[in-house]
Formats: sequence, C-alpha cells, structure tokens
Amino acid sequence: MINIFAIDPLLVGDLLWTPLIIVLLKVLAVFVTGLVATMLMVWFERKVVAGMGNRIGPNKAGPFGLLQTLADGTKLFFKEDLIPERADRFVFKLAPFLSFVPAFLSFSIIPLGGDYRNGNGGMVTWFGEQTRVQLADPPVGVLFALAISAIAVYGIMLAGWSSGSKYPLLGSVRASAQMVSYEASLGMSLATVFLVTGTLSTSGIVNAQGTLGTWNVVATGLVPFVIFFISATAELNRPPFDLVEAEQELVGGFNTEYSSIRFALFFLAEFMNTITMSALMVTLFFGGPQPIAFRGVVLDIPLIPNGLEGTVWLFLKVLVFLYVYVWLRATLPRFRYDQLMNLGWKVLIPASLGWFMLLAAQRLGRDQGWNTIAVTVVSVVVLGICYVLLQLAFSVSAKQREAEGSMF
Amino acid sequence: MELFVFVCASIMILVGAIGVVVRKHPVHAALSLVLTLFGIAVLFVAQEAEFLAAVQVIVYAGAIVVLFLFVIMLLGVDRVEELRTEPIAGQRWIAAFVGVAMLGLLVAAIVTGAEAVIGRGDGIASNIAGDNSDANVAQLANSVFSDYVLAFELTSILLVIAVVGTVLLARKRKGQRVVAP
Repeated sequence: MINIFAIDPLLVGDLLWTPLIIVLLKVLAVFVTGLVATMLMVWFERKVVAGMGNRIGPNKAGPFGLLQTLADGTKLFFKEDLIPERADRFVFKLAPFLSFVPAFLSFSIIPLGGDYRNGNGGMVTWFGEQTRVQLADPPVGVLFALAISAIAVYGIMLAGWSSGSKYPLLGSVRASAQMVSYEASLGMSLATVFLVTGTLSTSGIVNAQGTLGTWNVVATGLVPFVIFFISATAELNRPPFDLVEAEQELVGGFNTEYSSIRFALFFLAEFMNTITMSALMVTLFFGGPQPIAFRGVVLDIPLIPNGLEGTVWLFLKVLVFLYVYVWLRATLPRFRYDQLMNLGWKVLIPASLGWFMLLAAQRLGRDQGWNTIAVTVVSVVVLGICYVLLQLAFSVSAKQREAEGSMF
Repeated sequence: MELFVFVCASIMILVGAIGVVVRKHPVHAALSLVLTLFGIAVLFVAQEAEFLAAVQVIVYAGAIVVLFLFVIMLLGVDRVEELRTEPIAGQRWIAAFVGVAMLGLLVAAIVTGAEAVIGRGDGIASNIAGDNSDANVAQLANSVFSDYVLAFELTSILLVIAVVGTVLLARKRKGQRVVAP
C-alpha cells in the first residue's frame, strides 16, 4: 500500500504533518515553476527567433520585453469565449484540459535537483526529513511520462473533432497520426536507456550517470539519443514537424475554432511540453542534475551547496535544449506529410529496433562471458541482413505501387 | 485507504462501462471506454502492479482507443446510429444470453477461487523481498521469456498474421475500382 505514493522515503511509515507540508510545497513549486518557465520560454523563443531574423522582437512590456507573455495572456483571458454552433459542447470544453493537465503531470517525475554525488542518490534533507527534489518517483518512472504523452494525444484529437469544422478535423487527424507513429520510436529508444541503466525510475537513471563516460548519451552510443530527439520533436509538433498547424494549408490547425482562455491553455500546454521533453532528455541522456565530471575531476560550482547545485546544472542543460528547439524553428523548413511518415516508419522505428537488439546482444554477451568482438561482428552481420531485406521489401512495394497505381 | 481507492476506481469503471453501452454517440462511447481503462489502471496501481498500469494506459488508452476514434472520425460514422433495426435476426437475444453466461462464469470463478486469492494475499511485487522498485518488470520478464515463451511467441505470430491479413484485405486488386466510402 505504501507504493501507491511512489517510493519516496518521505512517505514511508506514518503520515505526519511535516512530510505532508513538504509534499504540498513541492506540488505548488512544480506548478509555479511550470507556469513561470512557460512564460519565460515564450519570451525566449520570440526573442531568439527575432534575433536570428535580424529583428528586435518583444521589447515594450517590462525589461527586455519580459512581461510580453503576461500581457498576451491577460489579453486572452479577457477575450470573448466562443463556442461554434456545430461543436460538440462537452468535448469542446474538455479538450483543452486534456492537453493542459498531461503537460503538467509529466513534469512531476523529473528530478529537479538534489545531491547525486558521493553516493547520496539525490537525497536532500528538508526540515529534518530525507526527500528527493522531485514531486514523485514512481517505480515505473519514465513509462509514466510515456503514458502521459499517450493521453495528450486525446486533447489535440478531440479538439479538432469537436470543433465541427473541416480544417481543425484535418489538423487533428494529422496530429494524432503523427504522435501515435512517433511514440513507437520514442519508446524503443527509451528502452535502450532502461537496458543500460537497468532501472525505470528517473532518480535511478540519473544516479547511474555519475561521470561523462556513463552519461547515457555515451553509454547507449548516441544513436538512441538522436532518434529520441527527432521523435520528441515530432511528438511535440514543433518545427520542422509542425504539420499540425501548417497555416498555409489548414488555416490554424486543430485549434482554429478556439479562442480566449481555451486557446491559451493549448498554447501553454505546447510550450510546457517542450520544456518537459527537454528536461526528460537531460534526465535520460545527459545526467540530469549531475555535474559534469570526468575521471574523478568534478566541475564544481563554488559557494553553492551540492543540493542546490543540481538545480543549476539541470537548468543550464535544459536551456541548451530549449535553445536548440528555437534554433530549429528559426532555420528548418517544414516536412511534407509523406516525408514525415516515411522518416518515422521506415527509418526511425527500424533503426531504434536494430540498435536496441545490438545493445541487448552486447549485454547478453557480457553476462555470459562471450567474446565481445565476435558478438559485435555477428550482430552487425545480422542487422546488415535485416537492413538489406527491409530495403528489398521497400523497393518491391515501390515497384508494385507503380504498376498498380496507388492504393487510394 | 485501500477501500477508498477501490471504491473511487470502481465508480470510474462502472460509469465508463455503462457509458459505453448507453451513450448514443460513438465518440462519447469511446471516451467512456477510456474512463473505464483508466479506472482499471488505478486498480492495478492499488495492487502494486505499476508496470501493468502503465502498459494499460500506454497500449489501451493511448493506442487502441485512439485507433477507434480514428476509424470513427475518418469513416464518418460519428453520427447517431439507428438502433431499432437488428442487422442479424435474434442478435439481441443471443447477446443477452452470452452476457448472462459470461457473468455466471465469472461469479463461479470468483466463488471457487475466493480462498486461493484472499488467503495468500501476496501481490506481484511482494514476491521479491525488499523494496526493489523494478521487481514488477523483472518478474514479468522472467515469466514471459522463460515459462511462457511459447505462448508469447504464438501471440506475436498471431499479431503478424493479423497485420498481413489487414494489408491483404485493404489492397486494391488489379482493375478493381475503389468505391468511395
């Protein structure tokens, strides 16, 4: 019964007042951090994209235009809230929450700091209680994030359908097909991380990445990270995979009929998801709150206690990813829909599956004491044969399509 | 506490299940199904089977019902169905009979197996000593890939057959006109 609260040493045993207050504070902190981070992210994105396009960007509201998002949000709140006549009223109202709530839920499992050095395992002491700097550390860890992102599909899908209008429906069908397809490769590249670290929980994964050499981006051999990054971008509907809101073709995508606060919720969820995905990537592949350490040399930030330093490291690492996302938006043109599906199904899913098998073979070879070189050669040959077969299948199907005409 | 969780989850499941049957609109029925699946996931967590709960949400709520919704939206059956006519004669009586028979079977199974379930009282996780958080996954993997590996492989073959069958059915044969739905 204890496990229902996730394994946090705080909640083992009798429930006392101090742990309860700490948990409530954590909930509040995570929620507020999420909202403020989203606000700053919108500003950051506009400013950086403007800089890359030789413009100035928001500069009127507040210092450096920092309060621009707040102004926009307030404006959206006071706008009239329209519901189209042909809309399915209940689902139309439900959909924004279905995309807003998951965005915050998946933020709760990310280790936001803590001392992972000297075998501390991310424990910090607050008010005399041992705890982790993360809201929840469920045993299934990252699978929880995967489940939540599966739920987030509903928000977009139902928003488009319930609008009772043509373009939103097209946008939402595109979006959900894209998200469902890329979830597969996302999961497969996650599985390699589980294979290497041997645990599902986020704090355990961070704990296993003590030095630069054990960061999962190195330990899993870079390929899973690249696949995860591409799939995550597609999952987030960020450019260059933002076919969901291709303005030129779809007016505005799934949220065309939404206005006022409901639109603001979608907008918030989108940016919140970007931050969460970046944080998840840092957690999984780049050591999360762990400092950069190499061969016993730890890059320590002086004057800050270790527990707080984790937060600083996480912030810096996440910032790099957020910048990359903005950079992608400013530079890359949008994919065509068939290119998107080809990339997902014909490249990323086979590649992630193949890499997973390769790592699994290595692991098995090490456990059984087989010759590492022999294992590698055999698995590479097997994967090569699989690759040739796959290409053969593609070329045959392409030929048949030419002979018979397309299916639809 | 456990009773409270059980009651809440059961209410979710029952409301969802009744909704699937009663709701006239296919999309609403599918959403009720999601509610049911969620409730079952909550029950799994309460039984310390977190992995099953996660898989339940990822696979059933995240993939299968999304596919249902896809079919409903793309094929344009998202309007209220005419329910008074029976496509197959006597369908309702047969359905009612099978339903009652199923209920009888379930009750019989619970009555005969009551002691076995309540008496032992060990969840999935508690078989491995200590608070190993990955006990769930390790145990499932051990039994699926050792004791039940044949059944596991047969299931995967079944899935492959289903995919091949679908592709064959959906393919246009030479010279055949595609009828717009």
